[in-house]
Amino acid sequence: MKRTVFQSRWLPYVLVAPQLAVTIVFFFWPALKSLQLSLFRVSPFGDRMTFVGLDNFTHLLQDPDYYRSVLTSFVFAGGVTILAVGGSLFAAALATQKIRGLAAYRTMLLWPYGIAPAVAGIIFLFIFHPAYGVLPYFLSFVTAYEFNWLLRGWIAMLLVIVATAWTHLGYNIAFYLAGLLAVPESVMEAASVDGAGPIRKFVKITFPLVSPVTFYLVALNMVFAFFESFGVIDAVTKGGPGQSTEIMVFKLYKDGFIGLNLGSSGAQSVILMAVVITLTMLQFRFAEKKVTYR
Amino acid sequence: MRRTARTCTSILAALVLTAAVLAAPAPAAAKTEIHLWHAMTGQLSEAVEELARQFNASQGDFEIKPLRKGSYAETLTAAIGAYRQKVHPHIVQVFEVGTQTMLLSGAVYPVQDLMKEHGIPVDWNGFIAPVVGYYTKDGKLYSMPFNSSTPILYYNKDAFQKAGLDPSKPPQTWKQVEEYAKKIVAAGAAKCGFSTAWPSWTMVENMHAWHDQPFATKRNGFDGIDVELLINREFGVKHVGQLAAWQKEGVYSYGGRAGAADPKFVNGDCAMYIQSSALIGGFTRGVKFQWGTGTLPHWGAPYKQATSIIGGATLWVLKGKPAAENVGTARFLKFISDTPQQMWWHVNTGYLAISNAAVKNLEEGYHFVRNPSQYTAFAQLTGLPPMAPKAMQGAKPVRPKAERVATPNSQGLRLGNFVQIRDVIEGEMENIFGGKKSAKQGLDDAVAKSNQMLKEFAAANKP
Repeated sequence: MKRTVFQSRWLPYVLVAPQLAVTIVFFFWPALKSLQLSLFRVSPFGDRMTFVGLDNFTHLLQDPDYYRSVLTSFVFAGGVTILAVGGSLFAAALATQKIRGLAAYRTMLLWPYGIAPAVAGIIFLFIFHPAYGVLPYFLSFVTAYEFNWLLRGWIAMLLVIVATAWTHLGYNIAFYLAGLLAVPESVMEAASVDGAGPIRKFVKITFPLVSPVTFYLVALNMVFAFFESFGVIDAVTKGGPGQSTEIMVFKLYKDGFIGLNLGSSGAQSVILMAVVITLTMLQFRFAEKKVTYR
Repeated sequence: MRRTARTCTSILAALVLTAAVLAAPAPAAAKTEIHLWHAMTGQLSEAVEELARQFNASQGDFEIKPLRKGSYAETLTAAIGAYRQKVHPHIVQVFEVGTQTMLLSGAVYPVQDLMKEHGIPVDWNGFIAPVVGYYTKDGKLYSMPFNSSTPILYYNKDAFQKAGLDPSKPPQTWKQVEEYAKKIVAAGAAKCGFSTAWPSWTMVENMHAWHDQPFATKRNGFDGIDVELLINREFGVKHVGQLAAWQKEGVYSYGGRAGAADPKFVNGDCAMYIQSSALIGGFTRGVKFQWGTGTLPHWGAPYKQATSIIGGATLWVLKGKPAAENVGTARFLKFISDTPQQMWWHVNTGYLAISNAAVKNLEEGYHFVRNPSQYTAFAQLTGLPPMAPKAMQGAKPVRPKAERVATPNSQGLRLGNFVQIRDVIEGEMENIFGGKKSAKQGLDDAVAKSNQMLKEFAAANKP
C-alpha cells in the first residue's frame, strides 16, 4: 500500500478536523451530557437539579419493566440481524445468477435502502393495520384467526422485526453482491469438476469466502437495530401492545421526552451505550478469529 | 457514514437558512411579535391561524405568530428546551395531562395575574366551571382554556335501523350498549358493537368521574402531590373486566390508543364509538352514513352519576418576557375568550365554548337545535339533561335545570408524570384485553407502577 507523506505538519490535522468536530459535537459531547444527566434528578424545566449519585441506575435495575425492555431489545436485534443478513445473502446469491435483466433486479433490490425507517414503518402500517390494512382484509377471507397485533404482542414484534429488517436489506445486499462477485470463478469451476452441487459449493466455498462481509454486517445490523430502529417502532407500535415492542431506545425516548424524566433517560442511554459497546467488542474479539480474510 | 454526510448537509442548510433570515428586510411597521407554539394539525391548525389573523387585523400594535411544533408532547418538550435557553415563546399550548408539570415548573405566569397586572378585566365567573376548574389552583386560573372537549358516544344510525333499533335513541346504560351491540352484530349491521379512542381517558379516567368514583387519593391530586391511584378498586375492575369479556364476545373491539380506532367507526365496522366531542367536525365531513351522538353510557345503581371530565389543551404564558410584550399576550388571550371568538371557535372546530355567554348565544341562535350532536358534550359537562331536539324547535330554547353537578371525583385530575401514567394504564389495558392478565391483576400492576412514578414526582418536586 502506498503511504502518503504530508509536507506540512498541520495539513493532516486540518484534513481530519471536520470529521473530528462532527464526532465531538454529535457523539462525545451528548454522551458526556447523558453521563452527567444520569447522576441527577432533574425537574422538567431544568430549574432544579439534585445530585442523586447512582439512584437513577439502581431504580432501573430494580424495575422488572426495564429488564423486559432489555430482553425485548435483544430479541428484536437478534431477529432483525438474522432476517436482514440471511435474507440479503439469499437475495444477493440469486442476483448473481446468470439471468436476463440482472441489472434491473439488482437496482430494485437496493431500493429499500433509500427509504427512511419512519416511512418504512408507515408503509407496513398501511399494509398490516388491523382496522385499515390491506393484508388483514384479504386474510379474513382465508382464516378466522385475527392477526390483531394491537392486542397480540408476538405479532406486533414480528411485524416490527420484518419492517426493520426490510429497511436494512438494500444496504446488506450491496455488500453481499460485492462479496459474491469477488469469489473467483476458477475455484467454483474446480469444485464443479470435483462434482460439488450448488448447495455444497455455497456451503463449502461461497459462504466461507464472504464471511468477512457477514461478520461486518452482523455487527452493523446489530448496532443499527439497537440504535436506529426508533423510527419504525414509533410509527408502527409505539412500544405496544403492553410493552411488547418497547426496545431500550424507545423506552428512553418515552421516559425522557414524553415523561420528562431526564435523569432516568440519561441513565438508560448510558446503559444502552455500554451494552452496544460491549456487544461490538465481543463480536470483534471472538467472531473475528473465525472469519477468513483473504 | 451516511448519517455523517446527512448531518453535514443539514448543518449547511441551517447556515444558509440563517443567512437568508438575517438578510431579510425588517417589516416596515414595527408590530411587536407575540409567539404562540401549538400542536394542532390539519383543519384545527388552520383555525388557529385564522384566530391569529382575526386578532392581528383587530388592532395595530401586536402580531400573533402561531407556529406548529409537532405533537403535544413534542411541543411541550420544545418549549421546555427553549425556556432553558431563554428563547421560549410567549405562549405555549400544553395538553391537560401536562398540567401538574406546568403548575410546578416555576416557569409560568398565571393567566389571572397576567390579566390583573395589565388592567384587562375578565369575568372569571362567566366561564364553564368544569373547564376552568381543571386549571385552577388556590382559586387562581393558571392557563387559558383553549381547546377543551369531553368524550361522548357516537352511533351509526343506519346500523341501528338495520338491526331494528330506534335510530333516534342512543343507549343510555352499559346494559343497553351490550344488548344493542349483540343485536347489531347478529343482524349483520356491523362487525362489532363498539370501540373506543384514548382508552385511559375515555374508559378509565372519565368512567370514574362519570360514576362519581375517585381516580386517585387527595381529591384526584388537587389537594397535594403525594397521591396514589385508586383505579384497581371494585368499580375499575368491574368495568375493565367487562370490556375484556366483551372483547371476546365481539361486543367490544379494542382499536388502539389515541384516535387509532377512528377507522373502525368511520368505515362502519363498529356501530358505536366513544371518542372526543372534538371529532364532530371531522365526522360531519368524513362519515358517509347517518350518525348521532349520545351521552356516555352509565352502569346505573348502585353507582351515582356525576359529570364527565375534559381533555384537550390550554394556553400557558411563560415567564421572562418584557412587560411591553406581555400586554400583547394578555390582549390576545382576552380576545380569544370573548363571546364572538368563542362561538366561532366552537362552531368551526367542535371544541367547547368556554364562556356561559357564548353557550347562551349559541342556544338562542338555535345552534344546538340545528346541531344537536354538539349539545351532548355541554349536557355531560354541566349536568344538563340531554336535549329533545323536536320539542325545542319553534319555541325559544329554555335552559333546563341541571340534574347533576361536578363532584370532587369529576372536577378533573391533577397528577405528576401523568403522561407516563396514562401510558402505563393503556399498556395494562392491552395486556388485559389481549388475555395476558386478568382485569384485577392488570389494574393492580398499573396502580403499583403509577404509584412508583407518583412517588418519584413527589420526590423531585418537594417544596
